[in-house]
Amino acid sequence: MATETSDAIRDVIIIGSGPAGYTAAVYTARANLLPLVIAGSVTAGGELMNTTDVENFPGFREGILGPDLMDNMQAQAERFGAEIQYEDVASVDLSGDVKHVVLADGTEYKARAVIVSTGSAYRELGLPNEKRLSGHGVSWCATCDGFFFREQEIAVIGGGDSAMEEALFLTKFASKVTVVHRRGELRASKIMADRALAHPKIEFIWNTAVDDVVGTDKVSGLELVNLIDGATSELPVTGVFVAIGNDPRTDLVKDQLDLTPEGTIAVQGRTSKTNLDGVFAAGDVIDPTYRQAVTAAGSGCVAALDVEHYLSNLTVPADNSTVVSN
Amino acid sequence: MSQAKDVTDSSFQADVLDSSKPVIVDFWAEWCGPCRMLSPILDQIAAEHSEKIDVVKVNVDENPGIAAKYGITSIPAVYVFENGDHVATSIGAKPKQALEQEFAAYL
Repeated sequence: MATETSDAIRDVIIIGSGPAGYTAAVYTARANLLPLVIAGSVTAGGELMNTTDVENFPGFREGILGPDLMDNMQAQAERFGAEIQYEDVASVDLSGDVKHVVLADGTEYKARAVIVSTGSAYRELGLPNEKRLSGHGVSWCATCDGFFFREQEIAVIGGGDSAMEEALFLTKFASKVTVVHRRGELRASKIMADRALAHPKIEFIWNTAVDDVVGTDKVSGLELVNLIDGATSELPVTGVFVAIGNDPRTDLVKDQLDLTPEGTIAVQGRTSKTNLDGVFAAGDVIDPTYRQAVTAAGSGCVAALDVEHYLSNLTVPADNSTVVSN
Repeated sequence: MSQAKDVTDSSFQADVLDSSKPVIVDFWAEWCGPCRMLSPILDQIAAEHSEKIDVVKVNVDENPGIAAKYGITSIPAVYVFENGDHVATSIGAKPKQALEQEFAAYL
């Protein structure tokens, strides 16, 4: 475990290890900036760690498993000298010329530049019984929990690509998957929507919201409300997978960085520059719209190039020779 | 690789329910990504609190009986047992500090 010397000032610290963080690490490492990636203790690799086949990341003609893609990115960054710490960031002070990053184990790191690529977190339905029944039928991870619903009838909430991916994955286990969606049509990409619509095990309930999750010790059904005529109904299911979108993970920085009305970190134009000098942001945490692995990776590249440019314009270079390397 | 002892459907009674110490049980499976993230954290907790508590793991794929008995439908699921009773639960992969806070009464 590296314990940073108190006066060592790095060039750049990258917070987060999804496609944005690791791409920023590859670029800044190749620029000899010895990036330190704070990858997270249980979230390392980001959202793709909980997916199966990634079919739309260019360069993999047969597709690639999400965790394999992230392993590759990590190894690629390390090959060029990126240092990776599997810890969580407890707090940051981004205001001065030297940025401070404190980890949950108390270690403090300093750097002239920081890239915030903390991604996004699953959105919850916000229903009274959702938390109580979490782990007892309410789930956010189809790849983890699909196994427990063999030959059972379950529901997926949502209409985007994530919801279709979960529904299709869950057909391997469940006898029937009902997709409950607020709108009358899917937001998912055509290929994913067509696959789900054509699947014999998947049914759709349109223009409908979930009013509550029903069950004493475990989920027994959903209370639904039709958003057009207000009619209520109950859907008997033993499992419910929530895939209604994500919210940018900004808790760490929201008091120091400007946010947009959508809740993402505000950046200047097509750059990664935040309102603070030397602080850059990339990936889902700045993107309310596209949120793809490849757009996050592109965004990480932008941040790395912005950091290079920023550091080269500073008069006093960082003294990387004092950084303790392990 | 996790250091925790493997507990099975047949050894659960002796290793967990009859234990004189509280036992943290990690319900996991090979195909569960977050489970792999959590396992080294539970190893650290086991090492730091070995006098107070044991940490074991149950592979739900190979031991469906115990998983079904406790109604496990999400993994990783971390259960604490004391004197044969299930006394605390944490669902999902959480950082060490968060788990230590949730299980503070037993550490």
